[in-house]
Amino acid sequence: MPHEETVYDALDHAHGGEGHWAFGTGFDEPLAGVDTTVPDGVDPADLGAYCLMLGDDALVLAQRLTQWITAAPELEEEVAIGNTALDLLGQARLLLARAGSVGVLGRSRERATDSIPDEDALAYFRDADEFCNTGLVEAENGDFGQTVVRLLVASTVRLAVFARLRESRDPVLAAIAAKGVNELAYHRDHAARWVLRLGDGTAESHRRAQDGVDAVWPLLADVLTATDVERRLVAAGVAVDPADVREEVRDVLTTVLERATLRVPGWPADTPPRGRAGKHGPELTALLETLQGLARQHPAATW
Amino acid sequence: MSAPTLDRPTDEAALQQQFDATIAADRRIEPRDWMPEGYRKTLVRQIAQHAHSEIIGMQPEGDWLLAAPSLRRKAILLAKVQDEAGHGMYLYSAAETLGADRADLTDKLIESKQKYSSIFNYPTLTYADVGVIGWLVDGAAICNQVPLCRSSYGPYARAMIRICKEESFHQRQGYELLMTMMSGTPAQRAMVQDAVDRWWWPSLMMFGPPDDDSPNSAQSMAWGIKRHSNDELRQRYVDMSVPQAQFLGVTLPDPDLHFDEETGHWRFGAIDWDEFKRVVSGNGPANAERIRRRRAARDDNAWVTEAATAYAAKHAGAAVGSAA
Repeated sequence: MPHEETVYDALDHAHGGEGHWAFGTGFDEPLAGVDTTVPDGVDPADLGAYCLMLGDDALVLAQRLTQWITAAPELEEEVAIGNTALDLLGQARLLLARAGSVGVLGRSRERATDSIPDEDALAYFRDADEFCNTGLVEAENGDFGQTVVRLLVASTVRLAVFARLRESRDPVLAAIAAKGVNELAYHRDHAARWVLRLGDGTAESHRRAQDGVDAVWPLLADVLTATDVERRLVAAGVAVDPADVREEVRDVLTTVLERATLRVPGWPADTPPRGRAGKHGPELTALLETLQGLARQHPAATW
Repeated sequence: MSAPTLDRPTDEAALQQQFDATIAADRRIEPRDWMPEGYRKTLVRQIAQHAHSEIIGMQPEGDWLLAAPSLRRKAILLAKVQDEAGHGMYLYSAAETLGADRADLTDKLIESKQKYSSIFNYPTLTYADVGVIGWLVDGAAICNQVPLCRSSYGPYARAMIRICKEESFHQRQGYELLMTMMSGTPAQRAMVQDAVDRWWWPSLMMFGPPDDDSPNSAQSMAWGIKRHSNDELRQRYVDMSVPQAQFLGVTLPDPDLHFDEETGHWRFGAIDWDEFKRVVSGNGPANAERIRRRRAARDDNAWVTEAATAYAAKHAGAAVGSAA
């Protein structure tokens, strides 16, 4: 009875301080209280561009995973996919805010009003040619098998990069990476468990998992080739050279696929960066239309 | 197969007497306790309907997940929809303590043999609907559910305590979104009013038919499954919501709404029960789509569930072997 009375009291008044709600809303500005000074010898434009690469990967993959909500195989999987998408969305917000804090906003500010925070200006008011995510994350989900294979590959690459990025000379990137490593380890583990179940489950799931692997592997072609921005930042002790994680990524993926009784395709030949250079397929344009449509209809609105 | 113990009577009359005494003393019935078949069936029906409502309720808001207008709002909404999946899971688990099976209950939902809250058969037309669902729909749900924290069935009551806390958080977030929109552009304010116009009456229907037309209520009250009548809870909800609407600056779409000095209650106009019956019986704007999507999640992914089962069976022996 006391509980019942408390909850009713809590809801009885629309105003009068915090006491009437059970919990606070607890959403702060992403980089509130963090020292955002750019380290010596680092070009802020490069730092911002690098944050966009890592941030766009997270944002686009979060959007892809969110497409599974209300369509997942089990309720437990609704929760797990939602969790993974939330983690990635959190990483994206921090990274986009970091890009904005060093003045890298592209053409977004020509469209977004001042009241819109940097993270939203960047997420909602850039066009596809300004996004620098890789093709790995923008490809369509396919079935659940292809989805978990892509999540395995993307989280394996990102975990390997973030583990090294904890040593970055940029304290903000180092902090984002330190937080992200724990999240990504869970994402990789969750995806790997599904790849095992599907690869070593039924004949149909094996076939579908193998189809997923065969569809995802070619997308690795430009994921591990560094851009000029990354090379300069590697020299400055800020970024991770994606080529450095190649062996680790290959080992992890090979181990999981072999245990899942799946065939490991040949590694695709490296190509010059495409996604990182703003070259994308129609999949990204369609994804961004959904993501950005409402925000762009109301460029002067705050939400 | 064990022999009956001395303190556990075996004849039905004595069991019934013990059950009645537990209810009369306002104590909890637990899964291993004897219970009348009608009590068990009523609970399974109610808990399953509640679980289905959580799962189907993910859809109307979920429709805005991909298009949420800021990353912060996207994160809030994603966390909320995820909570609803979690609520569905606790509730199906509570139903399983009564001998029901989640997959079977899901099949019954998909085959329209069990119901879910008819409110979720209305579409979400603008982003203001996300806020209004939080404020009004979750607000009405809380009014309904807070008394269930004292329900006579232990697992249900305990699940409801956690669910009510989270619902209260959602309600606050919905209201906060509406406050933000009301201090925004004229287009945003118009969106909020339009959403209130569309959701107010359906939210009043969430409390179920009026007391004189609610066939199962009396027995549920006697069993301590239900604590207040539909009309009592509806009045409580209106009294709570009117000041919130005034503070927000929206008009509730009811010309008969007025304060009754004598009783201290807000009196409201007649509810369109024909519409309620139409929507409950499957002819609301989105019934077919809600069920279609739930069915697709089950059927399109059946191969995944089969694979997980096959994998578990293959590796069960190995796990036992390595543990030994």
